[in-house]
Amino acid sequence: MAILEVNDLKKKFDNTEILKGITFSMEKGETLSILGSSGSGKTTLLRCLNFLETPNEGTITVNGNCLFDAKNGPLRDGDLREKRLHFGMVFQQFNLFPQYTALENVTLAPKLEGRGKSQEEIIENGKRLLEKMGLGDRMNNYPHQLSGGQQQRVAIARALALRPDILCFDEPTSALDPELTGEVLKVIKELAEQHTTMIIVTHEIGFARDVSDKIIFMDDGVIADEGTPDQVIDNPSNERTRQFLANYLK
Amino acid sequence: MFTTVTMSLFEGFLGTLKLFSLTLLFSLPLGLIISFGSMSKSPIIRWPIRFIIWVVRGTPLMLQLLVIFYGPGIFFGTNLWGSGDGGRFTAALVAFVFNYACYFSEIFRGGIQSIPKGQYEAAAVLGLTKSQTFFKIVLLQVVKRIVPPISNEVITLVKDTSLARVIAFYEIIWEGERFIKSAGIIWPLFYTGAFYLVFSGLLTLLFGYIEKKLDYFK
Repeated sequence: MAILEVNDLKKKFDNTEILKGITFSMEKGETLSILGSSGSGKTTLLRCLNFLETPNEGTITVNGNCLFDAKNGPLRDGDLREKRLHFGMVFQQFNLFPQYTALENVTLAPKLEGRGKSQEEIIENGKRLLEKMGLGDRMNNYPHQLSGGQQQRVAIARALALRPDILCFDEPTSALDPELTGEVLKVIKELAEQHTTMIIVTHEIGFARDVSDKIIFMDDGVIADEGTPDQVIDNPSNERTRQFLANYLK
Repeated sequence: MFTTVTMSLFEGFLGTLKLFSLTLLFSLPLGLIISFGSMSKSPIIRWPIRFIIWVVRGTPLMLQLLVIFYGPGIFFGTNLWGSGDGGRFTAALVAFVFNYACYFSEIFRGGIQSIPKGQYEAAAVLGLTKSQTFFKIVLLQVVKRIVPPISNEVITLVKDTSLARVIAFYEIIWEGERFIKSAGIIWPLFYTGAFYLVFSGLLTLLFGYIEKKLDYFK
């Protein structure tokens, strides 16, 4: 059974239709990359999955449970929080909480959540995650004391701490200096090797080809092309995909 | 003579301090509530609140004192504030609290609206409730941003308390002025400046300390 099924998702802002009916599914343990030019709707799609935007039409199903059906109207606050936790989100701008240390950023939500875990367990888990991100010696630093790449790795640990079914990345390296993107991509690649279920919106085409099981190419609010990296990037059948890739490879 | 004057000015300064501290105590929380009102999604709440803020910030505090103190008697024929010094104090306090709450509310609004949207979104995807987001994520960042403008207002308040003289509220300037009539000397009035200076100096140090305390994050 697919871990995520998205069916005919549509989203309008005022009168502009940004998503014009998106349908796709993915399996547990897969890494899915979404490519496409700016304004194609990839970020909006990710934001709909995290319920930061409410889709106007369509359904979102996780593990066979329908989380969202536009027919039932918008979700209530309590439901929303519950359902959001199926997804983790890593933002382009990191969005760490500046008044908390790296470790506190990672442990804050699990502590507030409760979920029958002891404080010690939560802290141990936070430390383990930060060590996994290569930040064992940075746990007690505040965000402003960390480089962009380090901040983004803290943000990844923070998202993982809630054990989401699917971890989403919204252009995770776009706000980073080129020499810092490598360390973040390396961490994401390791997660892919451990079969973390991930959706990555990215402009790093080489990276997407490397780590993805599946690629979706979006253009003007629709999925123009989808398939394995081999099908979409190396042998694109779609004319629009070819143009896009040609621009990038120049 | 100098000791006598100093002692009686201290007594007057107690009146100043009382008005100052109680104004702060009530106007800060009231300002927070007003700021939520002025940011409300509902226009029925938002526009009346913004109108009140406009009136309060757009007219002199001295005039507001007069209207609040004499208004109930003139327009409704009732002595709302009671007689004597207690009544004058209550009326002065109400005017000050209302006036300062409106100024504070605008500072709060600016502070709250300056928090990047990403902070709210990060809190939302981590499953935090609205109140957890406000108290655990937003509030301290807001406090850090508004310490300098709040400190400005607080220091202004120290000196504004002298306006309450207009409804015969007893404070330090009143006391200083008394010596002109009773002893024919004016220097006690000028000397009151030293009290204001020392007190606002202490407040400056206090706010400097708070700013420094919050310097651990950016």
